Amino acid sequence: MTKKFWVGLALVLIIPGLMFATSCAKKKIESEPGVVTIEEEPVTEGVTADDERARRRALEQQRIREERLREQAKARRERAELEEFQNEHIYFEFDKSRLLPESKEILRNKAKWLNAHPDVSVIIEGHCDERGTSEYNMALGDRRAQSAKSYLVDLGIGSRRLMTISYGEERPLDPSHNERAWAKNRRDQFVIE
Amino acid sequence: MQRARHVVIHLILGLAVPLLLIWSSIPCQARVYIDITAPYLRKIPTAVPFFKEVGAGNKHKEFAETFANLLAETIDFTGFFKILDRGSFLEDPQQSALMQHTINFKNWTDVGAELLIKGGFEYQEDILKVELRLFDTFGGRLIIGKRYTGHLKDHRRMIRRFSNDLIRRLTGHEGIFNTQIAFVSTAAGHKEIFVADFDGYNPKQFTDTGAITLFPAWSSDGRWLAYTDYGRGKPDLYMKNIKERRGTVTSFKGSNITPSWVPGEFSLAASLSHEGNPSLYLLTGKGKIVKRLTHHWGIDVSPAWSPDGKALAFVSNRSGSPQIYIKDMEDGEVRRLTFQGNYNTAPEWSPRGDYIVYTGLVRDNGTNIYIVSTDGGEPIQLTRDADNNESPTWSPDGSLIAFCSTREGVSRIYVMNANGANQRRLLTLQGEQTDPSWSPRLSGY
Repeated sequence: MTKKFWVGLALVLIIPGLMFATSCAKKKIESEPGVVTIEEEPVTEGVTADDERARRRALEQQRIREERLREQAKARRERAELEEFQNEHIYFEFDKSRLLPESKEILRNKAKWLNAHPDVSVIIEGHCDERGTSEYNMALGDRRAQSAKSYLVDLGIGSRRLMTISYGEERPLDPSHNERAWAKNRRDQFVIE
Repeated sequence: MQRARHVVIHLILGLAVPLLLIWSSIPCQARVYIDITAPYLRKIPTAVPFFKEVGAGNKHKEFAETFANLLAETIDFTGFFKILDRGSFLEDPQQSALMQHTINFKNWTDVGAELLIKGGFEYQEDILKVELRLFDTFGGRLIIGKRYTGHLKDHRRMIRRFSNDLIRRLTGHEGIFNTQIAFVSTAAGHKEIFVADFDGYNPKQFTDTGAITLFPAWSSDGRWLAYTDYGRGKPDLYMKNIKERRGTVTSFKGSNITPSWVPGEFSLAASLSHEGNPSLYLLTGKGKIVKRLTHHWGIDVSPAWSPDGKALAFVSNRSGSPQIYIKDMEDGEVRRLTFQGNYNTAPEWSPRGDYIVYTGLVRDNGTNIYIVSTDGGEPIQLTRDADNNESPTWSPDGSLIAFCSTREGVSRIYVMNANGANQRRLLTLQGEQTDPSWSPRLSGY
């Protein structure tokens, strides 16, 4: 009998307490909307798993894209370097085949590039302005190409990679008959074979 | 010496006319009417009336005129003659006689003619007969008389043959009417070698490489042309038999340029750069190296043989600027020939061996043609105030020099007497013409 009493008492005391507790909890839910998100968390958790895959995919795509951009940039840079290599001529004084200081600077850059591209061979073209005779200019163009070749060989470029050809006065860049055109035409050009 | 001889010629032509009467009994070879070695020539006033049509009347009046004009132009090319204006002539050629004893020479001396060339022709069924006679008007004497038979298309050859005989007879030297001039032309859109007759007639494209072709050079027998050509992508040397269109290529590394045939031999000098700097080499006509001719750090280019093949003129920048040097092939000694100006190139040795003609570039004075004695001394400037003048080449008798000039804008070929007189354009083609090279006398004319 007394045991029943204690159980009954305990129930009388605990249940309202529980009820109170539950009502408290309910109140909390209503008063703190943040908890609602906690209740929704499992749902959110389901979405996150997919999102992670997408995120990784995006990251991967991003990486590929960046890689591609880097490659494109590199290719662009290389193309620019190649273009610079081919389009940057060196110039000479009238009736001279000696290298000017600025020409040596350009040739040092060309040597760097050639060192970075060991499988490339180059034709060095020697050109002259129209003054003087075509015969002598053909020989002078030969010397001009040879000057650049010797300098590059001294910088460590294999002479087999460097062919020379003289065009004398036959291929002017500027066909005008004045000092500006002549200065432009007295040059070495570098052509990738 | 030359001056003395010159004075003698003047006496003969101008003052001592009566002497001719006595001289006319002396054999023909004794008399030289024109001294082509004289520095200044007096042009001989010469009458070339229209030809007379003999036989079947006056049916081909146009030939009477065109043949006479062609003959006058042909001999006038030499610069030795003053062709008289036909308007002043006192005779109607169709009515006048061709024979010495029937010609009234006073009609010709009265209009100032010292020489008279009369022509007659007959043209029937495409057979052309031409008779040409050269008279000394003061002597009243036939100097040459020739008759030619052929087809109409042969008339130019007939007139040129007669002109050759006439020059041989008047100067004691062979004429140049059986020569040609090779040159570089862009008429085809790029540089190819063309060949025309001495007077610019009948220019024909000789090479067809589609590349750059330069520096034509005739062998001394006229059978071979050597030249530089980029047909294989770089300047190589080609030796080509003109008639058979066959030959060889010399393709050493670097430049293979500026050939010059050894007189009387099937070998040539050229500038090759396969050992580093452009140097002169002796090659066989098949392009094999016989030996190296110059050893120097600088540029050696543009060899030109003396007529006897015992000396070689060339261009070198061994003194710092391009100058002309002469190498004695017997003792190997090299001496500098030009000292005036600092850009002297493209030498050519005169056929008599006494002068070298070359191109000199002087700042503010343009590019001009000069000659200098092979012993050295003062050069003589032959062109002036006519823009750029380059690449001189002698006619095989040494009386004329062809060259190229930009005096009329684009570069064209011109001819002048060896003293610089009578400068005139040789021919007009599309594009620009450069680098003339006069052939030796050719057979088959």
